[in-house]
Amino acid sequence: MRVIEVPGSLDYRNVESVYEQIDASDHGPVLFDARRLRWLDPNGMLLLLAAGKALAGRGPRPRISLPGHPDVVAYLERMGFYQAATDVFDFTDHRVRRRRAASDVLLEITSVATNTDVHEVVDRVQSRAGAILSRTLRYPVSAVVQFCVVLSEVCQNIIEHADAPGWVAAQAYNWKRRLGRQVAVIAVSDLGRGFRASLHDEHAERFGDRWGDATALEAAFLLGLTRFPDTGRGQGIQQIRKQIGRWNGMLSIRSGTARIADNPDWSSRPPLEEGLTPFPGAQINIILSERIP
Amino acid sequence: MSGRTPQAITIDVGAILHDTVATARPDLVTRPTGRAVREAIEARIARARQSPSVSVLDFTAVRILDFSCADEVVAKLLARYVRGDRPSDVFFLVRALGEVHRHAVEQVLGRHGLAAVCDLGQGYELLGPTSEEEQLAWQTLETRKRIDVGDFAREFGERSGPLVSGLAARRLAWCGRGGGASALSALAPATGTPTAKKEER
Repeated sequence: MRVIEVPGSLDYRNVESVYEQIDASDHGPVLFDARRLRWLDPNGMLLLLAAGKALAGRGPRPRISLPGHPDVVAYLERMGFYQAATDVFDFTDHRVRRRRAASDVLLEITSVATNTDVHEVVDRVQSRAGAILSRTLRYPVSAVVQFCVVLSEVCQNIIEHADAPGWVAAQAYNWKRRLGRQVAVIAVSDLGRGFRASLHDEHAERFGDRWGDATALEAAFLLGLTRFPDTGRGQGIQQIRKQIGRWNGMLSIRSGTARIADNPDWSSRPPLEEGLTPFPGAQINIILSERIP
Repeated sequence: MSGRTPQAITIDVGAILHDTVATARPDLVTRPTGRAVREAIEARIARARQSPSVSVLDFTAVRILDFSCADEVVAKLLARYVRGDRPSDVFFLVRALGEVHRHAVEQVLGRHGLAAVCDLGQGYELLGPTSEEEQLAWQTLETRKRIDVGDFAREFGERSGPLVSGLAARRLAWCGRGGGASALSALAPATGTPTAKKEER
């Protein structure tokens, strides 16, 4: 059995360490060893789910060993991880309780497969996000509307472009040590066809030899291109970029072998990364930081 | 140019959302939802058989309006009725919730090169891409509500004709047979007044 080592801390900064261990040609049994896991953000959670699901699609259902620390197990439970992972992993121990999320969660891991799911995500977040955005992140009260719009558009990206189901999750954290402020992290992930395949038929020819994952991301992210011919299409990502920029937040999209990002002044990550480990679908990461007066 | 003064129709978009998608949530999100609501609005306009008319798209009962829905419900609807082959002589006026809806409406109008008269709770505004001259002409008309050819010529000189016809072509003003123009706000009911012919649900 091949073992995928899950690091002690798994967030948007080091998800590549897990992607790098996922071998596309591997069809044998796999164990995700998460025993040392002490902290993870929604990006880490959705990565585990997506990686598990990708492997389950081409071999036996992967196994996962749970974190040793009971607080982490409880946190994953509150975020709805076990509920979402039921169809993905075989669990190696029986501490798992597939209980639904708790009230301190901004948005537990939620499957997005239909437009009804998007309506439910918006409705759920509408009632929870107000206090976090206004009191924790010090955004104006009206920001909850823009926040819901951002969530709606990123979730629709799954349905409209991936042609496959996905997940969304969000939570607020105190990053006083790391960043000196509080943040809200939103992760969206799907195992669909990715940006390159989605845009290929409409746009690949004009880009010629340059066409690839990075070019497809640039086309969607920077130019607002989509596979749909309508004038009104493609503005979702553009508007999300503008809104997150106004909040001095971070937005990144990983698809295939590339990642593109709008980075705020508090991040030193590159705007474009290429040559990453291939992975299906698209993974969107949004980090909203506390407004410092 | 039209001989008859347009009739006002108020379209409660929140109620249409409720009826069309069978949801208790007042959130106008996702493109298929927007498409369904737009088609229901078009059906109601057709049933009203008022031509010309000023249809007030009332979003005040809508909580969240995302860009996909704004594109479907506002931009695509306006785009259809600004074309020469429009199904009927309908002008639109958007009534929405201030800053909560402004951004989405403004962005989708900009994307399509459209403009619309909007009541965002602080008086009427012209949203969408417009020239300075158009803004000035529209503002003059909005202030006076109705203006005849001579008055407009005194204000804008030889540019007055193209300006008025330009506003009418973009469906931002109504021109009667005599060449005068009316602000859409003068033809639409004020918020909460019962003078509008409210579409039957």
